[in-house]
Amino acid sequence: MSYENALEIRGLNKEFKNFRLNGVDLILPAGSIMGFIGENGAGKTTTIKLILNQIKKDGGEIRIMGKDHLEHEMDLKKEIGVVLDQGFFYEGLSPLQIGTILSALYDRWDDRLYRDYLKRFQIPEKQAMKEFSKGMRMKLCIIAALSHHPKLLLLDEPTGGLDPVVRNEILDLFLDFIQDEEHSILFSTHITTDLEKIADYITFIHEGSILFTDAKDSVMEDYGLLKCSAGDFEKVWAEDHLGSRRTSFGCQALVRGRAAMAKKYPFAVVDPVSLEDIMLFYIQR
Amino acid sequence: MDIIISNASGKPIYEQITSQIKAMILNGTLAEGEALPSMRILAKELRISVITTKRAYEELERDGFIETVTGKGSFVAGKNLEFIREEHLRMTEDLLAKAVETAKAGDISLDEMTEMLNTLYED
Repeated sequence: MSYENALEIRGLNKEFKNFRLNGVDLILPAGSIMGFIGENGAGKTTTIKLILNQIKKDGGEIRIMGKDHLEHEMDLKKEIGVVLDQGFFYEGLSPLQIGTILSALYDRWDDRLYRDYLKRFQIPEKQAMKEFSKGMRMKLCIIAALSHHPKLLLLDEPTGGLDPVVRNEILDLFLDFIQDEEHSILFSTHITTDLEKIADYITFIHEGSILFTDAKDSVMEDYGLLKCSAGDFEKVWAEDHLGSRRTSFGCQALVRGRAAMAKKYPFAVVDPVSLEDIMLFYIQR
Repeated sequence: MDIIISNASGKPIYEQITSQIKAMILNGTLAEGEALPSMRILAKELRISVITTKRAYEELERDGFIETVTGKGSFVAGKNLEFIREEHLRMTEDLLAKAVETAKAGDISLDEMTEMLNTLYED
């Protein structure tokens, strides 16, 4: 394989009237799944649109599979499967019609695969999209993205609003996709539990800047939730915690280096912490 | 091959995988030359990151339990009896160290421990 990273973003900048993306750096190693988390408006969709050149960047470098994303735009787009929030197909079309259109756009469109997926996920071939439920629409968008054998999937909230059963089926699809080491996935989501299961890397973006980007296992092993009484909390050094909250029954704080913290503050309980809680503590700081 | 991961055990997942595979190799459940599932399939089935399974396999290879051939997969390494004995010695020593620590904390004497050891060994 000729490239090490499916995606390399360095110093990406974009300025809008009310929002700015600040020097975003991100590396997605080939063969891995990266979860992109952050509040609405933090910059996830902007970043994905910049990668795809749907909006023009102000500065910075973006390389996809080793090649500059602007210099090789057309070639690269053949290798990318995209799902943007809300999908982008005209509602009056049926899956079969959508398939016909897409087969003209992508060299590697695989109609057999597309029809198999439609069947597998019980999407009616000839019905207009406007009659579909949200779940069916999402599934169709994902299926369409997969059916031209892309190497990179860029997905913006691909599982929002879907029930757990369907979400699970889709996650399985992603895991199947990633069995090939030349395939990679970047997906943004609010459903952090999905990421806790299948992500290899997590990137957390907040107000236009990357707060951290790291292997998921490292994040989950490192961060902890320190719990103690309000009185005892006075003994916790300010630089040891990344935000705290007080309840009527005690204090909770986000810490790093769980094992070390447990040793340093033996009066406290230091538990593993969910990705969602990590986000909340950082955001509510 | 059965691998059971506990999310609540406190022991890192890659370590759990490594220990379980080592145990299966040592007790013969996994035979010499037998193919292990690919890192990716293992990751998918266990619903964990490929980075974790990769790390587990790398450690197993480093400790001499498996051999990974690019393009082919990972296989249980040829049994080197000397080396297996080393591994057993090491594990036994670790466990004894823990037992000694516990005994000292409970003010149990070396004689009492030795007596315990003798009884247990006879079983």
